[in-house]
Amino acid sequence: MTEWLHMGFMQNALAAGILLSIVLAVVSCFVVLRKFSFIGVGVAHSAFGGVALGALIGVSPTVSAIVFAVCVANAIGVVGNQKRLSADTAIGIFFSLAMALGIIFIGLSNTYNVDLFGYLFGNILAITHQDILIIAVLGSLVLASIRLFFKELLFVAFDSEVAHVSGIPVMFLDHFFLTILALTVVISMKVVGIILVSALLVIPGAAAAQITDRYGAMFAVAIAVALFSTIGGLCISYYADLASGATIVTLASLIFFVFFGIGKWLKGKG
Amino acid sequence: MTACQIMTSPEPDILVDISDVWVRFDGKWVLKSIYLKCYEGEILGIVGPNGGGKSTLLKVILGLIAPIKGTILLFGQKPGGQARLNVGYLPQISHADRSFPVTALDVVIMGLYQQMGLFTRFRPRHRQAALEKLEQVGMADHADKPFGVLSGGQQQRVQIARALVSDPRLLVLDEPSTGVDSVGQEDFYELLAGLRDSLQRISVIMVSHDIGVVTSHADRVACLNREIHYHGETDSDMDSDIHQKVFGRNLKVMVHDARCVSCNMRHVDHD
Ligand SMILES: Nc1ncnc2c1ncn2[C@@H]1O[C@H](COP(=O)(O)OP(=O)(O)OP(=O)(O)O)[C@@H](O)[C@H]1O
Ligand SMILES: [Mg+2]
Repeated sequence: MTEWLHMGFMQNALAAGILLSIVLAVVSCFVVLRKFSFIGVGVAHSAFGGVALGALIGVSPTVSAIVFAVCVANAIGVVGNQKRLSADTAIGIFFSLAMALGIIFIGLSNTYNVDLFGYLFGNILAITHQDILIIAVLGSLVLASIRLFFKELLFVAFDSEVAHVSGIPVMFLDHFFLTILALTVVISMKVVGIILVSALLVIPGAAAAQITDRYGAMFAVAIAVALFSTIGGLCISYYADLASGATIVTLASLIFFVFFGIGKWLKGKG
Repeated sequence: MTACQIMTSPEPDILVDISDVWVRFDGKWVLKSIYLKCYEGEILGIVGPNGGGKSTLLKVILGLIAPIKGTILLFGQKPGGQARLNVGYLPQISHADRSFPVTALDVVIMGLYQQMGLFTRFRPRHRQAALEKLEQVGMADHADKPFGVLSGGQQQRVQIARALVSDPRLLVLDEPSTGVDSVGQEDFYELLAGLRDSLQRISVIMVSHDIGVVTSHADRVACLNREIHYHGETDSDMDSDIHQKVFGRNLKVMVHDARCVSCNMRHVDHD
């Protein structure tokens, strides 16, 4: 039963998956609390444009994806803050623009030396020790910086206007968080894929929110949900020969629905 | 004459000084040539009809909205910088979401975040301070309840406690008594008067539709219907000489009685 754990690529995938679970879970809690779910979708898809740009100009897709996604995330932040344009509209436009540019870049590059399919859907067979190192370093950076601004981010998510009045730099924190969101997307690409990473930027936090009413508990439950679905999803995908990213997201969604039901039941009782 | 009285300066400190402020939204003037002062240790009431610009004026004072023209001094400084650390704010419409996983106590402690500094979690003394404020607004028994399960009026009280918890010099309250029951309101206005009369001489700027409430609890009242219509002490008719000296020459003074009939009318668009 533990045979899957002895495969080299599985060990890499598992190591990467466990590190990512924690990062994605913590980020997803703030995504849910700050109501940034759709921004997560937009930023994730914009990473595709970055990967394609890397393929075109011959730089590492990770590097170009980071630059591209961070720029798009912050552009969404700037445009979404304008009164004339709702944030949803801004995201819709930026995310289709980034995808369109990605398709143009692929057409121009004419090379198939980059496994675009792997970036879109995730490919755990391709995870290298270097990838794990990148995930570990950038993931720790993301977690440490969230720790640094934890209570400020919480206040901004709860009531940004009062937070601003009390002296908290709301604009800075929003852009800071969007940057972190972009970094998280990029380090998750190879494991879960660009298409599905936005799901994991929402589901762990959303599932945890169903059954908790304290923020500390919400973060703990979200991490547990992400770890369980990643480890379980990798294991199931190995034995059932399914796509790993899709299996992880399906499992996480199932947990969400179960927690949703439990949450309803708890509220009905109390 | 006692020593104390000699030392007291005749002009009390001005905490908020607004002169000739104009604000426009979508081509319509919402605030027109507003002059207003708020002194240390006073409760200043602002009344006026819906859409009269009361919330907008508070946001201008807090630096949330930049006026097209005019100057605002908050503790002698431009709003938005260090000055706002001395302000407690209660918005009219709370953006807080009922499902947000925080307790009433957590919400009050948020008012102390800016004082705590980065990385630090709250300490027992912060918790103690927050509990004291919850006690003052009669919500101590609900400290550990999720914020979302509280009633609207209870949430309002918790948010008042958050505005108070950092011991600000100025409280800016937008419709503070909305949803608070009459017993709670009496306690609340008593609390405000107590803060004003305390050693810190806290000032309060309070918006309300309820002219009765304002005239009985505020020291001075401004009626705002895009312009300031009447501005004076609640119980005395103001001599227009003093009026000009205190509020500036450019203040448009419209003569009407202290119950401020015109403020009960719908505003007229002057554009
Ligand atoms: N962000 C905004 N964008 C456009 N118009 C606005 C904005 N905020 C306020 N207004 C307009 O400004 C006018 C004054 O609004 P404000 O909220 O200041 O009134 P108010 O006196 O607080 O009213 P109420 O008693 O209903 O609270 C209204 O006509 C409103 O439509
Ligand atoms: Mg208002």
